[in-house]
Amino acid sequence: MISLEQLTKVYGHGDQRTVVLDRLDFSVDAGEIFAVVGPSGAGKSTLAQCVNLLERPTSGSVLVNGENLSQLTEKQLRVARRRIGTIFQSDGLYSRRTAAQNVALPLEYLGVTAEETRARVAELLDRVGLAGKAGHYPHQLSGGQRQRVGIARALALRPSVLLSDEATSGLDPDSTRSIVALLKELRDDLGLSILFITHEMDTVLQVADSVARLDHGRIVESGRIVELLRDPASGLGRALRPARSHESAPADATEWFVSYTSAAVPADWLTRLAGQLGTTVSLLGASIETVDGATVGHASIGVAGANAEHLISVARSLGLEARPEQAAQPAEILEPVA
Amino acid sequence: MSLPLNNNVPLAEIPALVFPALLDTLIMVGIVMLIVVLVGIPLGALVHNLAQGGLFENPALHTTISWIVSIGRSLPFLILMASIVPFTRFITGTNIGIAAAVVPMAIAGIAFFTRIVENSLRGVPPTLVRVAKASGASPLQIIRTAQLSEALPSIIGGLTINTIAMIEYSAIAGTIGAGGIGYVAVTYGYQRFDNTVMLATIVILVATVASVQLIGDRLVRLTTPHSRTQARLPRASRREASLV
Ligand SMILES: Nc1ncnc2c1ncn2[C@@H]1O[C@H](COP(=O)(O)OP(=O)(O)OP(=O)(O)O)[C@@H](O)[C@H]1O
Ligand SMILES: [Mg+2]
Repeated sequence: MISLEQLTKVYGHGDQRTVVLDRLDFSVDAGEIFAVVGPSGAGKSTLAQCVNLLERPTSGSVLVNGENLSQLTEKQLRVARRRIGTIFQSDGLYSRRTAAQNVALPLEYLGVTAEETRARVAELLDRVGLAGKAGHYPHQLSGGQRQRVGIARALALRPSVLLSDEATSGLDPDSTRSIVALLKELRDDLGLSILFITHEMDTVLQVADSVARLDHGRIVESGRIVELLRDPASGLGRALRPARSHESAPADATEWFVSYTSAAVPADWLTRLAGQLGTTVSLLGASIETVDGATVGHASIGVAGANAEHLISVARSLGLEARPEQAAQPAEILEPVA
Repeated sequence: MSLPLNNNVPLAEIPALVFPALLDTLIMVGIVMLIVVLVGIPLGALVHNLAQGGLFENPALHTTISWIVSIGRSLPFLILMASIVPFTRFITGTNIGIAAAVVPMAIAGIAFFTRIVENSLRGVPPTLVRVAKASGASPLQIIRTAQLSEALPSIIGGLTINTIAMIEYSAIAGTIGAGGIGYVAVTYGYQRFDNTVMLATIVILVATVASVQLIGDRLVRLTTPHSRTQARLPRASRREASLV
């Protein structure tokens, strides 16, 4: 479990002074995957480095399993960091060490015996599906495989917390999916708290239970993924599932934007809506999927000659929120820059 | 001016003159390089880590050491050698011979090698230090595994250059009677115009330098997994590898 209390990081003095993290408050429970998204320069990497105390916070505290890391001496920190596994963006593998030797690093630093190390490394490589690549050097592995070695290394000392800064950035979609699946599996099996930092909204949707958006060092929005997706007013929800361009409505119809706001939306809502309104409803565009077993999404529809109030209330009874299309805000402005 | 032929060393005696001298050179350079590595690696690692962003960031100390090293680097060897004669005599009790040559050579070599180590360490991606820290490494463990070990091929490459420079310095030191191949070249080749001896020393120096370079290149390849694993592939698959 990770908790941040009023975490603040300031770089520089005087004119150069920049507040990179501004009084952050949030926590990641055991068994939870918490994603942090945000545009470039938002302070995501700084946040990661403050959590494992590679950077000292200017003020506020970082608690891992209830222990306040910001008050430890450098030596105590070395011990505390063993409870935090860190996965780095560019895998951070030592080029002159094999996969197995890389995984063994934290054990070597700790002074674990060679025999124990061998057994643990074999177990870890097996865990990440690289049992056959123990003797390979980093340059002989693919990006996804290197990232797996990095994950195995992060797990070497049985941490309770996993920190991942852009672990999937730069990987192809297949590798990303398999890394995400591995992280979820590890979370389930080991009850890890995972702080997952990324700028890829797609990955957030695949991996996280909760998400927070960091912008200029502040958390501007956060919540459970499914709840954000069901909240039409949520900018983060829209950024996670941006509305793509769609067909325009027939001349006599008006365009409406309909979003799923509850778990009880019937699969045949389109037919029901048309039946209850007694008019033609045409489907212009839609994006509906299940996230963590919950159906979420939105659709653009064309409705011919219906009373607006009536349409909204019928939609509401079906678990949907309907808005005239023009009012729907474009999602693009909220999408972080990669 | 005529060359008094009878003064020249007969061809048959050249090996007896040149090979012991070569051995002297190798001993001299060997001792110097041992000192250079033992002092230069820790010193280079220290300078690197005193710099901004290093493990023991300390600008004042960094500037001081850096200046001292730069002074050692900037003096031409002949001048350095002459200027530290009192110091050399204090340490070795003499100012001629191998012992006396080792002192200025070691000083010049350490200054050179410190920069080489520092430069090699600068080439290691800074993420690796962060990885080591996050994995619970102590500062010494970080220097050993994340810095020196990763920079090893580059350090060995630098060490090769450094060794060759020291062979050259040993020839300069030969002029103050340090012995070795340089001494032979100066006393026979230069002062007595014995062209055969001169030629022999040149051949030997070229061969020595070439061997050092060859060994150095070999070691660099052996310590670089990338080139090592490439070299181990059979020819056909190497061609394939270069195609992808
Ligand atoms: N050591 C430092 N000194 C001064 N400013 C810094 C330092 N490190 C980071 N910053 C500043 O802090 C801000 C946040 O940087 P950070 O690396 O945390 O961004 P990020 O959200 O990870 O961005 P990206 O998505 O590009 O990785 C940037 O404006 C950066 O210039
Ligand atoms: Mg970053």
